Amino acid sequence: MAAARVFLVGGVISYRALFNWIRPLSYATTMLGIPLFQLLFFAYVGRFAGVRDDAFFVVGNAVQATAMGGLYAMTMTVANERFFGTLAPVLATPANRLALFLGRALPVVLNALAVSAVAFAAGLLLLDFSLPAARVPALAAVVLVTATATTGLGLLLGSLGLRVRDVLFASNLVYFGTLLVCGVNVPLDVLPPWLQAVGRALPLTHGVEAARRVAGGEGLGGVDGLLATEAGIGAAYALVAFALFRVFELEGRRRASLETY
Amino acid sequence: MLVSVLEPLIFATIAFYLWGAGGREQTLLYVALGAGLMGMWSATLFGSGGLIQWQRWQRTLELLVAAPPRFLVTALPFTVATASLGLYSVAATLLWGRLLFGVPLAFEHPFLFLLALPATVLALGVLGLVFASTFVFYRHANAFSNLLEYPVWLASGVLVPVSLLPGFVEPLSWALAPTWGVRALRDAAFGGNPLPEIGACLALAVAYLTLAAVAMANFERLARRHATLSLT
Repeated sequence: MAAARVFLVGGVISYRALFNWIRPLSYATTMLGIPLFQLLFFAYVGRFAGVRDDAFFVVGNAVQATAMGGLYAMTMTVANERFFGTLAPVLATPANRLALFLGRALPVVLNALAVSAVAFAAGLLLLDFSLPAARVPALAAVVLVTATATTGLGLLLGSLGLRVRDVLFASNLVYFGTLLVCGVNVPLDVLPPWLQAVGRALPLTHGVEAARRVAGGEGLGGVDGLLATEAGIGAAYALVAFALFRVFELEGRRRASLETY
Repeated sequence: MLVSVLEPLIFATIAFYLWGAGGREQTLLYVALGAGLMGMWSATLFGSGGLIQWQRWQRTLELLVAAPPRFLVTALPFTVATASLGLYSVAATLLWGRLLFGVPLAFEHPFLFLLALPATVLALGVLGLVFASTFVFYRHANAFSNLLEYPVWLASGVLVPVSLLPGFVEPLSWALAPTWGVRALRDAAFGGNPLPEIGACLALAVAYLTLAAVAMANFERLARRHATLSLT
C-alpha cells in the first residue's frame, strides 16, 4: 500500500514540481510547440527532397514526439532532485526504491501520449494526412508502448544525471540522434548498416515502424512482434537505469557525494 | 558544442540522406550551407537570450545595467559573439559533408563567400540583440525563444525554398536575416551575385539595431520600475 502511494502520489508531485518550476507557458511552447514545428519542418523537407509522402513524416514525428516527455521530462524529473537539492531528503526516506523510481515515469508516459496526440492532430489539420477513426485505438496502443519504452531510456539518462554534471547535453544528443537513426525522418534502409543497428537498439525505431503499419491499415496482430521488441528494449533500458540508480545512491551515501557537482 | 556543431551535423546528415534518397538535383553543398546556417541561427537564438539569463544567475545583470555605458552597447558584442559561434556550424557541416559524403567544396566566388559570412554573422548577431532585450524584462522569455528554432529554419528557406511554403510566409521571410544570409552564401558558392543579399544583411542589421535600441530602453526601464532584474 505504501509503495503504491509512493508510486502514484510521489510521481504526480514530482511531475507537478517539474512544471511548477518551468511554468505552464514553457510547457505549452516546449512540449507542444516544438514537436508541432518539428513535424512541419520535416514534412516540408520531405516534400522538397521527394523521398516519402506527408504521412511518413507525420507518423514518424508524432510518435517521436513522445521523446519530448520520455527523454527530457524523465531526465529532469530524476536528475533535478539533485539539482534542486532534494535528492538527499528523498533518499533518506525508507520508501520503496522501485516505486519511487518508476512512479516518476507514469505521468511522463501519460504526458507523452498527449503530446503525440497533439502532433497527430496537427498533421491531420495542416498536412496531407488522413487517419480513419477506426485505426485510432490501435495507434494509441502503439504510441503507449513506444512512449513507455522511450521513458525507459529517459530513466537511464535521469539516473546518469545523479552522477554526471550536465546530463541534459546527453538528453539533447539522444533526442536529436533519434531523428536520424530511428526511422523517424530517414527511412532505415537508406542508412548505412551500422547506423541501422544503432537505431534498432534504441526505443522508437520499432514503435515508429509499427505505427506506420497501423496507420496504413494493419491491425495490432500484424505488429505484435514489433511491439514486443519495442517493449523489451524499453524494459531493458529501465532495468539498467534502476540498477544505476541504486549504484549511484549507494555510492553517493558511501562517499557523501549525493548532491555534489 | 551541441548547438553549434553536433546539432547541425545531425540535421546535415538527415538532409544528406534525404537528398540522396530523393535524387534531388540540388548539390549536397546546397544542403551543407543550409545546415550550417541552421546552426548559426540556433547559436544566435539560444546564446543571445542565454547570455542575459546567465548574467542574471551570476548576479551581474544589475551591475551591467547600472553601469554608465548603455546596456545596448554592452550587450551587442555578446550577441554578435554568440552568432559568430555559427561559423563553427558552417565549417563543421562543410567539413562533415566533404569527409563523409564527398561534397565538393568548389566555390565560384570564394572571396565573396568570405565577405558574406561576416555580414551574415553581423545581421544575426544584431537580431540576437533584439531577442536579448526581451530577456532583460521577461525572465521566462526562453519559453518563446525555444519555439522559434524550427519556424525560422522553415521561413528563411535554409533547406526548403520559401516558395514551397504557404503564401503568407514569404513576406515574413524578407524580415529575417537568415533568409538573406543563406542566399548570399549560396550565390557566392554557386556563381550568382551575392552583393544584393549582403547589402540586405547589412540593411537588416541597421533596422534590427534601431529596434533593439527602442526595445532595450523600454525593457530596461520596465525592469528597473518593477525591480525584477535580479529575480531568477
